[in-house]
Amino acid sequence: MNETSAEQLADRAPFRFILNGLRDAGEVLILLGDVLRELPGGLRKLPLLVQQMMAIGIGSMPLTLIVALFTGAVAAVQASYQFRDYVPMIYLGTVIGKSVVIELGPVLTALVVGGRVGASIAAELGTMRVTEQVDAMETMGISPTRYLVVPRVVAATLMLPVLTIFADMVAIFGGYLVAVFTLDVSGHTFTSGLRLYFHLRDVFSGLIKSFFFGAIISTMGCYYGLKSEGGAEGVGVATTHAVVASCLLILIVDYLLASFLFRVLFA
Amino acid sequence: MIEGVWKRLGAKEVLRGVDLTVAEGESVVIIGRSGTGKSVLLKHVVGLIDPDRGAVRVDGQDVPALSVKELLDLRKRMGMLFQGGALFDSLSIAENVGLPLREHTRIAETQVDLLVHEKLHLVGLEGVETMRPSSLSGGMKKRAALARALALNPKIMLYDEPTTGLDPITADLINRLIRRLQERLGITSIAVTHDMRSAYHIADRIAMLHEGRIHAIGTPAEIQASADPAVRQFIEGSAEGPLLPT
Repeated sequence: MNETSAEQLADRAPFRFILNGLRDAGEVLILLGDVLRELPGGLRKLPLLVQQMMAIGIGSMPLTLIVALFTGAVAAVQASYQFRDYVPMIYLGTVIGKSVVIELGPVLTALVVGGRVGASIAAELGTMRVTEQVDAMETMGISPTRYLVVPRVVAATLMLPVLTIFADMVAIFGGYLVAVFTLDVSGHTFTSGLRLYFHLRDVFSGLIKSFFFGAIISTMGCYYGLKSEGGAEGVGVATTHAVVASCLLILIVDYLLASFLFRVLFA
Repeated sequence: MIEGVWKRLGAKEVLRGVDLTVAEGESVVIIGRSGTGKSVLLKHVVGLIDPDRGAVRVDGQDVPALSVKELLDLRKRMGMLFQGGALFDSLSIAENVGLPLREHTRIAETQVDLLVHEKLHLVGLEGVETMRPSSLSGGMKKRAALARALALNPKIMLYDEPTTGLDPITADLINRLIRRLQERLGITSIAVTHDMRSAYHIADRIAMLHEGRIHAIGTPAEIQASADPAVRQFIEGSAEGPLLPT
C-alpha cells in the first residue's frame, strides 16, 4: 500500500463511520415505522405475543431479581460507609429507596435484560435470516415485521417496566437485609427513612424510563438480527452489535430522559 | 419475464444484463457454477431482491413496482423451495406446512390438517407431522419445505437447488415430483441447479448463467449437443476448459 492510499483510507475511515451510523439510525427509524404500521396486525397474533412475554418477562425474572438483590445490598454497604459520622442512619432507607427506584432499578434491569434478551433476539432472528427462513416467510406473503418483530418489541416494551417493579422491590429488600443484619440499623429506622421524602413520581419516572429501555433492547435485537449476513459468523457479529448498541443507547437515553423528566416535567 | 436485469451485490456485479422468458406451464432450469448469481436471479422473481436496472415481470406485472398488497397477492400464487428448506425451527412440520393455509385462507382447522397430510403424502412424507425440523434429515426437510411451498396450490414454483445434498434416490423422487407437478397441474417452474441429472430430468429448456448473462439456452438435447466450450465443460464437469476453478 503506498502513502496516498493510506492517507485516503485515514481520511475516509471516520467519514465512513459517521455515514454508517447515520444509515443505521435511518434504518432503525424505518423499522420502527414498519412496527407501528404492522402493530394492529401483529397484536392479533396473541399467542406469539404471549409466548414472547413469557420468554422475555418470566424468563428474565430470576436473573433480574438476583442482580437486584445484590444491587440493593451493595447500595446499603456503600451508603452506610459514606454516611458514617456525617449523616444520620435514618437517611439510609431514603437514599436506597430513591436511588433504586429512580436509577439503579430501571437501568441495571435494562442492562441485564439487554444482554440476555437482546442477544437472544438477535441470535434467533439472525439465524432465521441466514438460513433463509425470513426470505421464506416473505415469499409466503407473511410479513416478518408482523410475525417476528412486533411481538418481540411489544413484549419487551411491556415487560421491562414489570421486571423493573419487581427489581425495585427486591433491591430495596436487599438493602433492608444488609442494613438490619450487618449495619446495626433497626428495621423501623430503615422503613421510616424509606417513607421519608418518598414521591410516587420517582417510581413512575423509573418505569417510564424502563418502558423506553424495553423498546430499545428489542428494536436493536430485531434490527441487527434481521440485518445479519454471512452464516454463523454474521450471526455472532449481529448479536454483539445488538448488545453493545442496546447498552450504549440505554445509558444515553437514560441521561436524556432524566434531563427531561427531572428538569422539565417534574421541575 | 426477466429483461436485462443488472444487479450489484457489494463490490461484485453479479447479474449483468440477464434476459430470460419463461412461458406459462413451462419448466426452465438455470444451470451455472456456484456464485454465478443463480439464486440471486431467482429471488428477483419473487421480489425478494429488486434489480438495479432492467425489468422483472410475472404475469405481466412489474414486480419491483408492485405495492405491498399486490406483491402479497402475487406471492400467494407462487411457491419457492429454498436451498436448505428454510423451515421455521420453532414450529412442527405440520405447523410449517399449514402456516400459509392458516395465514391466507379461511379453511377450517380440521380441513387444514387434512390438507397438510395430503401435501406431506404428496412429497412422500408420513408420520412426521409432530416432529421439529431439527430432528429431520436434509432430504426430509427439503421435502417438507416442498410440501409447504405447495400448500396454497401455486401456479408458479421456484426451486433453489432442489436436489443438492440429497442422496440419488431422494433426488430422483424430487425430480419426478417436480416434473409431475409441472405436467399434471400445469405449474410453471423455474429451477436453479448445478446437478445436470436433475436438469435433464425436469427441464423443457435449460439456460446457462455465465459471467452475469444467459450464456446459452435450449432444450436438454440442444444443450447436450452444444459445441460451446463453456457449456461443454460445465455439463461434462471437467476442470479443464475456459471456466477456471475458483
